[in-house]
Amino acid sequence: MAKLTVVEAINLALKQEMEKDHRVLILGEDVGKNGGVFRVTQGLLDIFGEARVMDTPLSESAIAGVAIGMAIYGLRPIAEIQFEGFVYAAMEQIANHAGRIRTRSRGRYHCPLVVRLPYGGGIRAPEHHSDSNETYFVHTPGIKVVVPSTPYEAKGLLISAIRDPDPVIFMEPKKIYRSLREEVPEDEYIVPLGEARIVQEGTGITLITWGAMLQPTLQAAALMEKNGTKAEIIDLRTLSPLDSETIIASVKKTHRAVVVHEAPATCGVGAEIVARINEKALVYLEAPVQRVTGFDTIMPLPKLEKYYLPDAGRVIEAANRTVNF
Amino acid sequence: MPKQVIETFSVEWLQILDEDGNCDEELRPSLDNEQVKKLYESMVLARTFDDKAFKLQREGRLGTYASILGQEAAQVGSAYALRPTDWMFPAFREPGASFVRGLPMRMIFQYWAGDERGSQIPEGLNDFPITIPVATQIPIAVGVALAAKAKGDAIAVMAYMGDGATSKGDFHEGLNFAGVFAAPVVFVCQNNQWAISVPLKRQTASRTLAQKAFAYGFPGVQVDGNDVFAVYRATSEALMRAREGGGPTFIECLTYRLGDHTTADDASRYRSPEQVEQWKKKDPIERLRKYLEKGGLWNKAYDQAVSSQAKEKVESAVHEEESLPPPDPLDMFRFTYQDLPADLREQMEGFVNTNGRRDQRE
Repeated sequence: MAKLTVVEAINLALKQEMEKDHRVLILGEDVGKNGGVFRVTQGLLDIFGEARVMDTPLSESAIAGVAIGMAIYGLRPIAEIQFEGFVYAAMEQIANHAGRIRTRSRGRYHCPLVVRLPYGGGIRAPEHHSDSNETYFVHTPGIKVVVPSTPYEAKGLLISAIRDPDPVIFMEPKKIYRSLREEVPEDEYIVPLGEARIVQEGTGITLITWGAMLQPTLQAAALMEKNGTKAEIIDLRTLSPLDSETIIASVKKTHRAVVVHEAPATCGVGAEIVARINEKALVYLEAPVQRVTGFDTIMPLPKLEKYYLPDAGRVIEAANRTVNF
Repeated sequence: MPKQVIETFSVEWLQILDEDGNCDEELRPSLDNEQVKKLYESMVLARTFDDKAFKLQREGRLGTYASILGQEAAQVGSAYALRPTDWMFPAFREPGASFVRGLPMRMIFQYWAGDERGSQIPEGLNDFPITIPVATQIPIAVGVALAAKAKGDAIAVMAYMGDGATSKGDFHEGLNFAGVFAAPVVFVCQNNQWAISVPLKRQTASRTLAQKAFAYGFPGVQVDGNDVFAVYRATSEALMRAREGGGPTFIECLTYRLGDHTTADDASRYRSPEQVEQWKKKDPIERLRKYLEKGGLWNKAYDQAVSSQAKEKVESAVHEEESLPPPDPLDMFRFTYQDLPADLREQMEGFVNTNGRRDQRE
């Protein structure tokens, strides 16, 4: 089995789904000849041609809107928005149309669309290239939000997203695009949407995270284990719809939880998770649930980003507050 | 080096039927008498509907409604040029076009009465529901056009908008995209010269809206939007070209919003009654009536029949809408996703429990 990066795993998923289903096509800025600024679509133009790998004008709202129209007409478009900082121009199309059309037309139309969205910090990118803006999408009804944390997850989740009958925002953590390699089966497989995964079982505390933050969470858990606390780690994988069941079951077992995410704290997905734990498992808790997040500040430029992004030290600190409560 | 002119453009104005019902027979589209009468009857129906919708709103039987008074030719003439296999994207002021397409009138009443089932376009009718966020339907229409092109379906897409839409980013992004990929789409702009209280001169410094098309690399034309022949001719030619792979066209229908922006608006706050009176003289229905009369196709008996048939259709649509059972509240949940996610199911069950108790108390 080949060891692939996240970029290679996504590329493989795209290629295989395009081979399998002629309705699948890619559109976005620089996705053709250039293979995408992160090379995620590399080689696909040569295989599938310009009609299915479309270099578009620099036009995020039209990329999203055109993709919505294509989906409504029966194709399976995958739109790439080059960086999360540029998705706001497409937000009106996503919130007002992609997420609403099934409801407002009472099922006459639906929108099987994937928006691929490289996001997040940690790669020393310029301004507007490092935000974690998943909450906007999670807060928007009618769309699903998916974040892979490893190459294996990336391939299986993307295939599910492409086959899903509803619009999916597929957020790709740039930090782990090439920093991880793992064995990824050549054959197609799916990782179902809406199901979190237990990365490691434990009984001392539940650490809940997704995307690039899985790595510092794993580091923190390894250090905590040396000190006698075996953490259970949950990788959410899908942020909307959220798999409450896995979270609640784990918290009932461990009685403690910390949520780790890059995005700002206020109204971050962590806040929603804490609320759900309060609603369903409050009496099982030995300590308040802690959050390790970015700050409610503007994401800084590279020279300060290490202070903004959660790391293993901050996770351990929060876990200790919980354990020693 | 001397300066050189490397690009020029000129904007055509098309009028076939003037205010007095005089027709340029050379430009007149080849429509037989029955078809011309059909155009007339469709415009009368649209106006009858509009009048009724306004009154229903005043009686509290309809929510906010956006009148089409004076814009009947722009809507009927353009929609009449469509084939059933073509797709149509309305903005929110095109019921006249929707009726020509075959949308049951009951559904437009439903929509403005606050019942989302009014947007459940019947199977087989290739129309998008009303789109309120201005210009956002444009990129989607371009997407449908490009998908049809990719599949090899020889159809065209018509996307409506108002003059205000030409100031929006989605107008630019959508038209630019359509030009680059030669999408089979026809943009029909009902330039009624008002975006609520803001006049056209605050939307653009361009002399026409039509000329904007040239910047996107495809033709734009300005037609007399109150002349149903001009609208029909321009749109049918553009649709034909689109279906044959000739790419997009932008058609500016110069018209006038005789009524308020919506029933929640009072246009006397920002425009003069004289201007409105001037435009009443250019009435699209009246000029076709004159034309029909000159050709011996109109008389009082015909007029009465057309008017009473329209009233009957409208009354029956109102009755149909008002007799419908209210929408099922669970529809809120049912159509958010294809399959109801667990957390949403829980919200729905909570709603059912609470609501059940509340219903019992009442």
